[in-house]
Amino acid sequence: MTGDWTVGTVTAIAPQTPTSRSIDLEVPGWPGNLAGQHLDLRLTAPDGYTATRSYSIATAGAGTRVQLAVDRLPDGEVSPYLVDELIVGDQLEVRGPLGGWFVWRPPADDRSPAEPVQLIGGGSGIVPLMAMARAHAAVASTVPFRLLYSVRAPEDVFFAAELAELARSPHFDIDWVYTRTAPEGWSGSPGRVTRERLAEAVVPAALDPAVFVCGPTGFVETVADLLVELGHPAARVKTERFGGA
Amino acid sequence: MTSHVDGNALAGPLSELFSADMTCASCRCASCGDVADLAEAMVYQKPNTYIVRCHRCGAMLLTIIQGSHRTRLELSGVAALSVPRPGT
Amino acid sequence: MPIISRGFSGRRREESPQLPPGQYLTEDFPVLSAGPTPAIATSDWVFGVTGDVAETRAWNWEQFHELGLEEIHTDIHCVTRWSKLGTSWRGVSLDRVLDGLDVAGRFAMAGCYGGYTTNVPVDDLLGGKAWIATEFEGAPLDPEHGGPARLLVPHLYFWKSAKWVRTLRIMPKDEPGFWEQNGYNMYGDPWREQRYW
Repeated sequence: MTGDWTVGTVTAIAPQTPTSRSIDLEVPGWPGNLAGQHLDLRLTAPDGYTATRSYSIATAGAGTRVQLAVDRLPDGEVSPYLVDELIVGDQLEVRGPLGGWFVWRPPADDRSPAEPVQLIGGGSGIVPLMAMARAHAAVASTVPFRLLYSVRAPEDVFFAAELAELARSPHFDIDWVYTRTAPEGWSGSPGRVTRERLAEAVVPAALDPAVFVCGPTGFVETVADLLVELGHPAARVKTERFGGA
Repeated sequence: MTSHVDGNALAGPLSELFSADMTCASCRCASCGDVADLAEAMVYQKPNTYIVRCHRCGAMLLTIIQGSHRTRLELSGVAALSVPRPGT
Repeated sequence: MPIISRGFSGRRREESPQLPPGQYLTEDFPVLSAGPTPAIATSDWVFGVTGDVAETRAWNWEQFHELGLEEIHTDIHCVTRWSKLGTSWRGVSLDRVLDGLDVAGRFAMAGCYGGYTTNVPVDDLLGGKAWIATEFEGAPLDPEHGGPARLLVPHLYFWKSAKWVRTLRIMPKDEPGFWEQNGYNMYGDPWREQRYW
């Protein structure tokens, strides 16, 4: 049952940005997961104190390996532990996969209608979208995928090398928003996502894309409102806000 | 934690109580009648406590409180829940 | 059996005679809310006492301040396990608020802007144990922490110190407020760990 806790072992850790890293877990009995699902992770101190948090899964499909990517929150309780303390070989309690709403399922076959997909991520909100992008690539899907990724600066990009590789596909495009610092040679100027930027970088409402937005609450709220202004039906825009700590 | 997250965050705590994924359950608000997936609701979270509000009118839909030995689910503002059957 | 997470200690928790069981110390003032923060201008603010009293009474912001603010130094304990020691407030003692109202009922229900309620026995509001606070650490209480005015009943878990307080309804019998209907304890004594039902 998904409600049960199980023990996973850390098999790999890789830095992603100056404040974050990815964590690979081997979870015996993990039933596989859909792209976009999350898991709950529970830490227990020697005196029995526990802290539980939800993390999106960056991987999708069958198998018992799952990957998380965690950003250290300044006043956090769990994220500093995961980013600064955790080492390969440590064990963590998890339960999942959880959530069947913020997920992308590849079309069942070539004749299935292939609705275009627009992913919009802010900061570490890329994680569940990365699972979708990986699932898209894994089945060599020809569904048009487009990602708009908002980061503070180029060094804050998660999965940078892999995203660059994915973007070589004719069916996957990436657009960027840099809120503080843009890379050299980038044509735009840094700043928060605007209606104009969304209008040019997002699959138009006329093509009826399935839209997935994930990021901090403020980012998600702004983007979701602007998308509706641009004609996207609210029912086509799925959001996942994350809090903190 | 001043702001809310989405109902997606309820998947874990509700998995202790229901065999179906309740974030995909559609939920009718007893206050305004709006019908939306629970994943779309506004969740105000604090340790051991989830306050779930209608994303349209802000009324309370349900609360989950996790005590040391029991979980309490209060469905004070839910008029109806429609849950996908397994395997469909 | 849960497995112990190597190197994880969680938030700082320590033994202290000032710390009720199961609490940890925090330096900051966490904001925990169950809904949007109401914006209440002091020009619109009113506070009233109703219910099982000889006469109901209401005050506007200026009238309320004429009751006289006093300095309060106290520890506060949240049901979500943080405690904050030595906080400073200014507010009007409930002894002054209820003085001369001929309170008949033994229980009170605090009602708030935004719709919250919480129940407190009248005895716990009297005797220099409870206030309507309008300042925290030398500044007007900010809206996130319940401003312009919140109930302050620091010897009970902090959910009893209702943010954005608007009314006190005196009742002959105890009734559950918002959190208490949702499974929180009717009384909420941190020293007896009366957290939930």
